[in-house]
Amino acid sequence: MSNIKKTSTKRQSEIVSAESTTAINEKLLGKNPSKPMKKIEIKNVHCWYGDFHVLRDIEMAVDPNTVTALIGPSGCGKTTFLRIFNRMNDLIEGFRLEGEVMIDKKDIFSRELRVNELRKKVGMVFQKPNPFPKSIFENVAYGLRVNGITNKKIIAETVEHSLKQSALWGEVKDKLHKNALGLSGGQQQRLCIARAIAIEPSIILMDEPTSALDPISNSKIEELIYDLKQKYTILIVTHNMQQAARVSDRTAFFYLGDLVEFDETKTIFTNPKNEKTQNYITGRFG
Amino acid sequence: MNRKEQIIEALLFLCGAISVLTTLGIIAVLFFQTIEFFSEVSLKDFLTDTQWTPLFAIKHFGILPLVTGTLLITLIAIIIALPIGLSIAIYLSEYSSKGVRKIVKPLLEILATVPTVVYGYFALTVVTPFLQLIIPGLSGFNALSPGIVMGIMIVPFISSLSEDALYAVPSSLKEAAYALGSTRLQTSLKVAVPAASSGIMVSVILAVSRAIGETMIVAIAAGQQPRLTFDPRVPIETITTYIVQVSSGDVPNGSLEYRTIFAAGLTLFVITFILNNISFYIKKKYREQYE
Repeated sequence: MSNIKKTSTKRQSEIVSAESTTAINEKLLGKNPSKPMKKIEIKNVHCWYGDFHVLRDIEMAVDPNTVTALIGPSGCGKTTFLRIFNRMNDLIEGFRLEGEVMIDKKDIFSRELRVNELRKKVGMVFQKPNPFPKSIFENVAYGLRVNGITNKKIIAETVEHSLKQSALWGEVKDKLHKNALGLSGGQQQRLCIARAIAIEPSIILMDEPTSALDPISNSKIEELIYDLKQKYTILIVTHNMQQAARVSDRTAFFYLGDLVEFDETKTIFTNPKNEKTQNYITGRFG
Repeated sequence: MNRKEQIIEALLFLCGAISVLTTLGIIAVLFFQTIEFFSEVSLKDFLTDTQWTPLFAIKHFGILPLVTGTLLITLIAIIIALPIGLSIAIYLSEYSSKGVRKIVKPLLEILATVPTVVYGYFALTVVTPFLQLIIPGLSGFNALSPGIVMGIMIVPFISSLSEDALYAVPSSLKEAAYALGSTRLQTSLKVAVPAASSGIMVSVILAVSRAIGETMIVAIAAGQQPRLTFDPRVPIETITTYIVQVSSGDVPNGSLEYRTIFAAGLTLFVITFILNNISFYIKKKYREQYE
């Protein structure tokens, strides 16, 4: 009896001391406690495809409601990096990851977390628009339906809201039940964005979302990214330097599996610290 | 040298021509004998009479009992084969590792290489006695047992072709489904299967036309009693069984009884011909959907 009491008191004191230590640490390091916590934190992350070491010792922290651009020459690992956060790499045989990946302070590789639950919180937009061969309405409703939502009114409202948010509503409101494959490439991509935000993720991953689109669709999507920032944390892979400069708050430069430089976008483009970054953004290679 | 090439070309052409000519010959024989048949029996009787008794004293020439017998067994076979075949296809394309797929797929195709006479034997001597334990009043010859066994036989037709169709669904669609938090089962059933539906349909149609033309299993285990019924517990007769029965019996050549098998054969040919054309049409129509 007394034994149990002892342990519980001990535990309580441990918790108290742990709390006070963080408080002290924050004071010592001059951290502002009211500052929002990091949305994404990753440490010592290594990735392999079989024997190929594709990402080496990556460390990064991302604030909520920001846009982070991932740039670098082809094959530098930026897409692999992007796909860590919704664990899409797990679908590839032979993929292996080591290190710590936290979203909202939770380890996304922990055993308690089910991968499909993670993917509901971390949406993704792909390089090539990939709507399902279903109606426009059903494309957006898909995520709700696999989430078990059956209420027709809620589904209809969410579809409308998502299409409005992705700036597509005006163009498709009269043909919601037409096949989505009949839309133009740019419209399809905005539909894919609507589909991703319909299930209210908190992070959106974008893998070169405009590389297959014409300039007008391109600028529409860039505007959209700017608006979406208010609600979501966005990571975007891009080959387009101007795009990175226009849409992002911070930029990460990858080269051959290393995170070479990660800083404010302005700094990266005007005053990069690393010579490789300088060479890449000025178009000397890549 | 040039002459040698010419001879080779002529030989190759001859090989191709033989198969085409054989087909044409078969159709011609079926066709002419059937015309003779219809000079004695009216087409109306053939299509609407509900009895088929060409070998009895009182003769009736209604093909319907044979057609329903054939369709009944085919239906049972598909009811068995579609869920099993499709489940296997989904498992192989979405769940199994590459290694498992490499081993299981050829193994399944072995099912299609078992001689059908063995299946027939199996239906008669194993499946029917077993079913009789569960279903009282099941005849020794019936539609149910050969239907089930035929279903097992055509599983590889459905699983193999459906698996190809599911595997061909662009991975970008499957990735989109996974990225929205779908489980593997949801991805398979809500995205991959609908996207592969044309290929799956083709596999089912080919399996159906295989089942309709199947002879040995039904000849051994289904009985030889043309009967207009959808009751799977009683003996029936299929078109193919009837043809076997007459061909191996002592019906005089050139008689009306003899010609019935050509009319029956042509009916069979028309059904499978239509089915194969439907599958060809579906294949062609939906092929370029994602390209």
